[in-house]
Amino acid sequence: MSTIPGKTIAEKILSAHSGTDAHAGDIVVADVDFVMGQDGTTPLAIRALENMGVDRVFDPAKVAVVMDHSSPSPIEGVSALHTMMREFGKKTGAKVYDVGCGVCHQLIPEAGHVVPGDLMVGCDSHTCTYGAVNVFSTGVGSTDGAAAMASGKLWFKVPDTMKVTYTGELQPGVFSKDLILALAGQIGVDGATYMALELGGPVIDALSVDARMTISNMAIEVGAKAGLMRADEKTLAWYEGRGERTPAPVDPDADAVYAEELTLDASVIGPQIAKPHAVDNVSPIEEVAGTPIAQGYIGTCTNGRLEDLKIAADILRGRTVHPDVRLIVAPASKQILLDAMEAGYIRDLVEAGAVLVTPGCGPCVGTHNGVPSDGENVISTANRNFKGRMGNSNAFIYLGSPATVAASVIEGAITDPRKYFTASAASAHEGSAR
Amino acid sequence: MTIRAKAFTYGDDINTDYIISGKYKFKSADMEAMAVHAMEDLDPHYYEKVKPSGGFLVAGKNFGMGSSREQAPLVLIHSSTKAVLAKSFARIFYRNAINTGLPVVECDTDLIADGDELDLDLEGGVLKNLTQGTEIPFAPLPPVMAQLLADGGLVEHFKKHGGFAV
Repeated sequence: MSTIPGKTIAEKILSAHSGTDAHAGDIVVADVDFVMGQDGTTPLAIRALENMGVDRVFDPAKVAVVMDHSSPSPIEGVSALHTMMREFGKKTGAKVYDVGCGVCHQLIPEAGHVVPGDLMVGCDSHTCTYGAVNVFSTGVGSTDGAAAMASGKLWFKVPDTMKVTYTGELQPGVFSKDLILALAGQIGVDGATYMALELGGPVIDALSVDARMTISNMAIEVGAKAGLMRADEKTLAWYEGRGERTPAPVDPDADAVYAEELTLDASVIGPQIAKPHAVDNVSPIEEVAGTPIAQGYIGTCTNGRLEDLKIAADILRGRTVHPDVRLIVAPASKQILLDAMEAGYIRDLVEAGAVLVTPGCGPCVGTHNGVPSDGENVISTANRNFKGRMGNSNAFIYLGSPATVAASVIEGAITDPRKYFTASAASAHEGSAR
Repeated sequence: MTIRAKAFTYGDDINTDYIISGKYKFKSADMEAMAVHAMEDLDPHYYEKVKPSGGFLVAGKNFGMGSSREQAPLVLIHSSTKAVLAKSFARIFYRNAINTGLPVVECDTDLIADGDELDLDLEGGVLKNLTQGTEIPFAPLPPVMAQLLADGGLVEHFKKHGGFAV
């Protein structure tokens, strides 16, 4: 009698989309449900399509291009690339998200373009973000993206899966960003290369969808192809009112075969900081507390969502950004900006001294909106701290949660945010704020 | 076809921001102009060293980690980098390199010193270190990638077959 091994989420989604019985290691050609490109990658995809002799996309309802990385355009070269994208949209019918709409990785799930159980590719490495809503989503280059836009298909190597379980309970002042930084610190920037992550356990279950996206967003920072989570009632509730498509959640089989299994106890994880110039150069915040900073940044596809702005606003409300520090805030989408205005978070942040920039990538990629000066330290909620990432290779980027950035910009130095989350701190501040 | 050129060695975990910084990649689609900035944050002289007579970029583990930018293999091609040799590659870069026609070779790069003269026969699967008089084994490309490369990259594959034929 033969036993048929169970399947991981990755194996199930790739099987369903390729019409094969796919297991880790197999090569499949699969149908993709959606294809996305951004302003740094779409122009090369458009050129690849031209070179292929293709002047349409496989399904205009399943292709979107987003101007978010350098938007609104700071220079004429980018303006020309944006024009190229707008003309592509007019010609093919692909959806164009123009300047100010937001970061691609917020817009694609927010608009309901992808739903649980989908397979999608994006010409941006952080496309893995939608693993948080049970979508097998992965970053590809422009030529792969062009092939997918033309044919609705792409070839995939079915990945091995690393199962990561977070047990215990998140402590006050500690957030999903700290959980993923702790994982990066433990397994390193190539700890899951070629693999899919399957992230779960009671701590993930307890997180909001916003907070889960922070974790899946950074799957690529450990080399992973996808950062998958199960879809639960929170996921399905999150999808209410987001488009016409019906979610088809995919759970792993109980006897799925994992290449590696890892358990992290969230109860002992405090605020984490990734130090320059590598995402796995991670320390508990105690080791870097007191490091002076010149700029703080709250935003990006990692931490620019409503919950992130709320966390920062709750700390900064009635307080002031240190006079030697610039705080830049970029909501991840126009909808988040509107919701944060409605909730008063934007007023709280701006009154405290924050500078609000266009929904989009903000200064993360070094194209605009706050390039640091030589020798300056930046504390940021982004996902990468490579040398030169923010446009100056003589600056130093530290990564942390929105709470850590908010606490740090008040002091002008890297600061443990947990002091704002004790019972006495909360009640004392309640009296002083509006 | 064999490629003979000098080795230029670098370390582990070289990310695509180092290969071409985001501050340049958004400026234009002109790879020739952008290539002068290839590897700039790690080695400001990379372009001037490699461009005149070509070279092999030799690195440690996890070459090309980070962003999906296809400008990374493209600026290496335009700086006359003939191939990248590394102990391992990040997956998006690996696909992008094949798709754009930059040969990538996974091998033990500890056997190569900076400045060594190498001779690479991709089809024959032979890599010789002429300076040290050694032969370095390397794994062949996965069949699907070998086919794409044989067709001249993904664009040519699509033109030839009208879609995926792998």
